[in-house]
Amino acid sequence: MATEAGQLAKGGAFLIETTSEQNVFTPEDFTQEHLMIADTTRAFVEGEVIPNAERLEHQDWDLTVQLLRKAGELGLLAADVPEAYEGLGADKVTSALITENITRGGSFALSHGAHVGIGSLPIVFFGNEQQKQKYLPKLATGEWIAAYALTEPGSGSDALGAKTTAKLSADGKFYVLNGTKQFITNSAFADLFVVYAKIDGEKFSAFIVERGYEGVSTGPEEKKMGIKASSTRQLILEDVHVPVENLLGEPGRGHVIAFNILNIGRYKLAVGCVGGMKAAIEAAVSYAKTRKQFQTEIANFPLIQQKIADMNIRAFVTESMCYRSTGEIDKQLHGIDDHTDGQTVAKAIAEYALECSVQKVYASEALDFVVDETVQIHGGMGFIQEYPAERMYRDSRINRIFEGTNEINRLLIPDMLLRKAMKGELPLLQAAQGLQQELMGMLPQPDTAELLGEETHLLEMAKKTFLFVGGTAVQKYMQSLKDEQEILADLADIVIEIYALESALLRAKKTAARGKSADLQVAMVQVYAREAFARIEAKARNILAAMEEGDVLRTQLAILRKLTKFQPVNAKVQKRAIAREVIEAGKYLA
Amino acid sequence: MNIIVLLKQTFDTEERISVENGKVKEDGVRFVINPYDEYAVEEAIRLKEANDGTVTVVSIGPSRTEEAIRTALAMGADEAVLADDPALFGDEFTAAKVLAAIIRPRAYDLIIGGNQAVDDGSGQVAVRLAEELGIPHISTVTKLTLEGNQLTAHRDAEGDVEVVTATLPALVTAQQGLNEPRYPSLIGIRKASKKPLTHVTAADLGLSSEDLEPRTEVTEVFLPKPKEAGRILSGDLSEQVKELVQSLRSVDKVVG
Repeated sequence: MATEAGQLAKGGAFLIETTSEQNVFTPEDFTQEHLMIADTTRAFVEGEVIPNAERLEHQDWDLTVQLLRKAGELGLLAADVPEAYEGLGADKVTSALITENITRGGSFALSHGAHVGIGSLPIVFFGNEQQKQKYLPKLATGEWIAAYALTEPGSGSDALGAKTTAKLSADGKFYVLNGTKQFITNSAFADLFVVYAKIDGEKFSAFIVERGYEGVSTGPEEKKMGIKASSTRQLILEDVHVPVENLLGEPGRGHVIAFNILNIGRYKLAVGCVGGMKAAIEAAVSYAKTRKQFQTEIANFPLIQQKIADMNIRAFVTESMCYRSTGEIDKQLHGIDDHTDGQTVAKAIAEYALECSVQKVYASEALDFVVDETVQIHGGMGFIQEYPAERMYRDSRINRIFEGTNEINRLLIPDMLLRKAMKGELPLLQAAQGLQQELMGMLPQPDTAELLGEETHLLEMAKKTFLFVGGTAVQKYMQSLKDEQEILADLADIVIEIYALESALLRAKKTAARGKSADLQVAMVQVYAREAFARIEAKARNILAAMEEGDVLRTQLAILRKLTKFQPVNAKVQKRAIAREVIEAGKYLA
Repeated sequence: MNIIVLLKQTFDTEERISVENGKVKEDGVRFVINPYDEYAVEEAIRLKEANDGTVTVVSIGPSRTEEAIRTALAMGADEAVLADDPALFGDEFTAAKVLAAIIRPRAYDLIIGGNQAVDDGSGQVAVRLAEELGIPHISTVTKLTLEGNQLTAHRDAEGDVEVVTATLPALVTAQQGLNEPRYPSLIGIRKASKKPLTHVTAADLGLSSEDLEPRTEVTEVFLPKPKEAGRILSGDLSEQVKELVQSLRSVDKVVG
């Protein structure tokens, strides 16, 4: 099965389908308007945020609010708000570009992201007409700042285990909220909180809580490892009277809002990581070009070049993946006439919940890798606060924790796949059965005449490998597979590697098809494909060894070997060439 | 009040310049509005906001120039004219002829250009244009006020300030410090794509081949020599002086 240009891909379908490069959105497809909006965002960050970095890091909240308002004047808070409520109703690529570019200004991006994303979107998607009219214009302009309160001291990953309660008042006019919310971004200055509480201790629901309501207060500022320019406190609710009209969505349906907002939070987090990686690469390359040891700039040493090439490749793959799925979401939304009906929009995004989890995990780990190497390239100076590398390193770490820990997201990936398969939305099991037949015969050979033919073949084999080990695991464990968390995480890793590799591969092919020079992209894919493939093979072997032993294992490993044959490339030479270009440009290149 | 802004698209000032086959390489380079022209755009929009009227951006350059023009439109200019016919590309002399031919039939009160373009830095086009149109010009302006049809400009005269007045129609060129250009807002960007942009060709302008014949020729393009490490002279004073004079004569040939 193949998807062609213009056709909508189902979430998760990339695992069993061949996608045409013409059917993926890539950063080379940005319109002039997209690029101009990215420029404005960048100009705002470079002109207003970066010069104030020190004050922001020291938590000058007045300045944070002032800058958010300024961002509001420029329209940088309005992308996801429909035009009917003084927003821009822009496509998701636009809002992703804003997120990516804001990240260049350090953790001010968290204040921005929490406001436009998890703070405002619950109302955009699930607010009723009256709520939207009342709050969205204020949020789109930055007159009011929003925050999102889901986590509690006793419930993090187990979000539905919240203890905050809501009780309808005797006169039926108010819900009385009591409880404590934890780690609330923007809490020092937010005017509005989207708060989850259980009505009568049972029905998990969302409420719009204004700061001015009596009984709303915040705890002291948390002393964090990183993202210090963002405010993080507890939100304390003591007999807060929330008018019944501020119930968001239906009573007992809060989980629908929470999960949808998490999907969006995840893909936005990934896009933010792309911006963080690009900034880190610039910092690392610039340092490597000026720091001299043994009478030469350290950028001239192959081991430093290797790091720079790896960093650039990781950013390239993440960027390809993020904009592919953002473009996919836009295509889904394009089919919807009425964008004011937020629930339809949220549903379109939910189609790609799997991809959202995939890129959250990949991007946060890629950023951690890149900032780690940035510190390493800085040597001792990477450990000193004078250079931005130190802050980048600390700021990155939280990304693997919030918006669902990477562990939770890894467990979600196979879980979502199986659900889709069981519901008949995705013919995964049929594909796995079909593979059994194929494995008996001759496997296809790479088309070496085609551009990136070998890598395309590797991708195909990777998908077969996933079906093979995944299918075997499902057969073996059936319902109890959910208890085999180690196997699930390994399976998730294979899925993540496949989506990442495919996104980068299709992007390079599309660039070449455009007639533009794709040499750098092609080189990056050639190197990356083999590294990813080796990781996939290792995970697959791990999974098989965890399930079987003796002759059965030996037979399965033989099949795996058949699937995972490949020719290496001279990565040493390729990476030197990639690094040379990045070093010359002084920045991330694709 | 009708204001015309002269705009050129140039390399981003942070771009590295590299020369290949006697030409500056443009591949993968980021282009921007010439920073001095950006002050001109901003000033024009501020005057428009204070006095009503229209701002028209006029530019000569290849089709990529449209990006810079759209940015100016997003900032708040109303319409634009782009001479993107290669027959219209030449030097400062031809540029002034082309701009004059575009502007002459239009109603205008004020023309604002940048003091110079950051790429070739000639600083000639705008003042040549004023001559072509027979209107007064004030260059390197750091402050501009308007009362009726009287213009008062502060101009940067090599570090001093000259206060000059003129009667409209007139032309001024913007110097750094004139204003702080705004960022185009997202709403502005969205509106920009719907604002009129007219393309003109040599045929539209009816210029003679004489007018389009450049008066200058670029004979060679090269990068400045990389700066070499300095040298600290040693020995007693008279020896140092002797060595310095010797170096200036022979090594660096500063003194003949």
